[in-house]
Amino acid sequence: MAIPKIVGIETEFGIMVRGTTDWNPVSASSLLINAYVGTDAGGLEDRSGPIAWDFVDEMPGADARDMLAPEFSMPPEVETHLVNAVLTNGARYYVDHAHPEVSTPECRNALSVVLFDRAAELIVIDSMAAAAKVLPEGQEIVIYKDNSDRKGNAYGCHENYLLDRNLPFGQIINAATTHFVTRQIYTGSGKVGSELPGVSRSDVPYQLTQRAEHFEEEVGLETTLKRPIVNTRDEPHADAQKYRRLHVIVGDANMSQVATFMKVATSSMVFAMLEDGAYNDPILIADPVQAMHAVSHDITLSKPLTLTDGSTATPLEIQWDIFTRAKKWSEQFGMEAVGEESGSQALQRWEQTLHGLESNPDQLASSIDWIAKKRLLEGFMERHGCDWNDPRLRALDLQYHDMRPAKSLAQRAGLETLVTDEEAARAVYEPPTDTRAFFRGQCLKRFADKVVAANWDSIVFDVGDDPLRRVPMMEPGRGTLEHVGTILDESADVVELLEKLGA
Amino acid sequence: MAEREQVKKNAPRPQEEVAETETAGSESGEALKAELDDLLDEIDEVLETNAEDFVKSYIQKGGQ
Repeated sequence: MAIPKIVGIETEFGIMVRGTTDWNPVSASSLLINAYVGTDAGGLEDRSGPIAWDFVDEMPGADARDMLAPEFSMPPEVETHLVNAVLTNGARYYVDHAHPEVSTPECRNALSVVLFDRAAELIVIDSMAAAAKVLPEGQEIVIYKDNSDRKGNAYGCHENYLLDRNLPFGQIINAATTHFVTRQIYTGSGKVGSELPGVSRSDVPYQLTQRAEHFEEEVGLETTLKRPIVNTRDEPHADAQKYRRLHVIVGDANMSQVATFMKVATSSMVFAMLEDGAYNDPILIADPVQAMHAVSHDITLSKPLTLTDGSTATPLEIQWDIFTRAKKWSEQFGMEAVGEESGSQALQRWEQTLHGLESNPDQLASSIDWIAKKRLLEGFMERHGCDWNDPRLRALDLQYHDMRPAKSLAQRAGLETLVTDEEAARAVYEPPTDTRAFFRGQCLKRFADKVVAANWDSIVFDVGDDPLRRVPMMEPGRGTLEHVGTILDESADVVELLEKLGA
Repeated sequence: MAEREQVKKNAPRPQEEVAETETAGSESGEALKAELDDLLDEIDEVLETNAEDFVKSYIQKGGQ
């Protein structure tokens, strides 16, 4: 039986300060986030400062391959001194390395992820406005939702899926690798040129994704160098006996809500199928790292990949295979694990998208980022009589991801939306009701002055004279409106809440 | 080879549906062209003025 595919995404944003050459990304990111959480926009107006992230359970060095790891892996660093806030919608907003990053709250399905990803965009937009008020005249912080500076530096949009601990990791590796390499045909955000040494502009004028070229390994623990297609970080932020959190680092950040939806929904289905034993024999690609690059470089989507059995298949054919199995799985097992509504919408989209990619990809310019961007680039070239070498195309490529509404090209590209901005504006403050993020967010909304710190799987309260009280939340599917709504409503203060919870 | 055959067998590709959408696409071609023209006008207005410097100065170190 597949367990609920609770999922969240974390986006590292690109950052620039305009109007000065004297700036560094760490302080700019801190200023941006502090400016946001220091205003009413932060949703914590009852408190003097933001609620801190609690690092006590973090162990990003833990490796899913267990004892194999220490021989060839270094644990990633955790920078506990940087700005790190928890928001009332259950999200985390912080400085990660040299980037501002938003982690959505835990979501119950892919549609909910789209809502909270759009909320994250609104948070970033509000943050730029808040920062403008404290920056010197003539300076401006600009945020980009992309994954690469096109000079060899990449930053991630990571997905996290709740998986059953009993599912053997080897099975996850096989199925995930095949899906991650081939889903690029609809998840890519598009990039002008190549960042690989020795690949010229004429070899690759335009490619599907920003991230693909930054992957060098099939499986591993790293996230900042020698990036692996399947990341083995084993940090469930939940009951480790029951759950695994698959940390997925291969994806592009999407401007298109449909692309974000498909990326998360199709992957959720792949993992649910695995747990139901309905996907035991995935097509296996012979050289996944090389294929990762090759798929991204082939905008014709026609070049076949070599499989482990010596035969070949195009990424589209492989996606048709995964889709067909997913459809069959949904008929046999139902889609409770991925959410019925989200799941059936995803299957429809998946089929339409594969048909579109097969017959006339340009038709998908309102839903798939790399196609939407390509339309702008080709239109620009035709109008101005220029070719791929024109620097304005590279500017256009970057500006597609500009988060300023007045400058964003994605905003103007006619992309279809799945959530309204009114809904997303509510989701800036309101947590999802159907995961433990509800309890986290509600506690921050109601008892902000008593919350000392919070993280994914616990909240620490200060109830006065007593020692600090930690409430563990090891079940991502509990602490929902259904579970704790009444208790929260009936508790006049934190002491009463803790009594009722038996904590 | 077996896997490849399975791919082809399983892939549902109703040809009629594809043909229909293609016709619809060419009928609304003019409208799409006009829309793209408007879009390109707008891009000309908002695109960074010093493209080369802007692209050069976009450096993002220390990411995951």
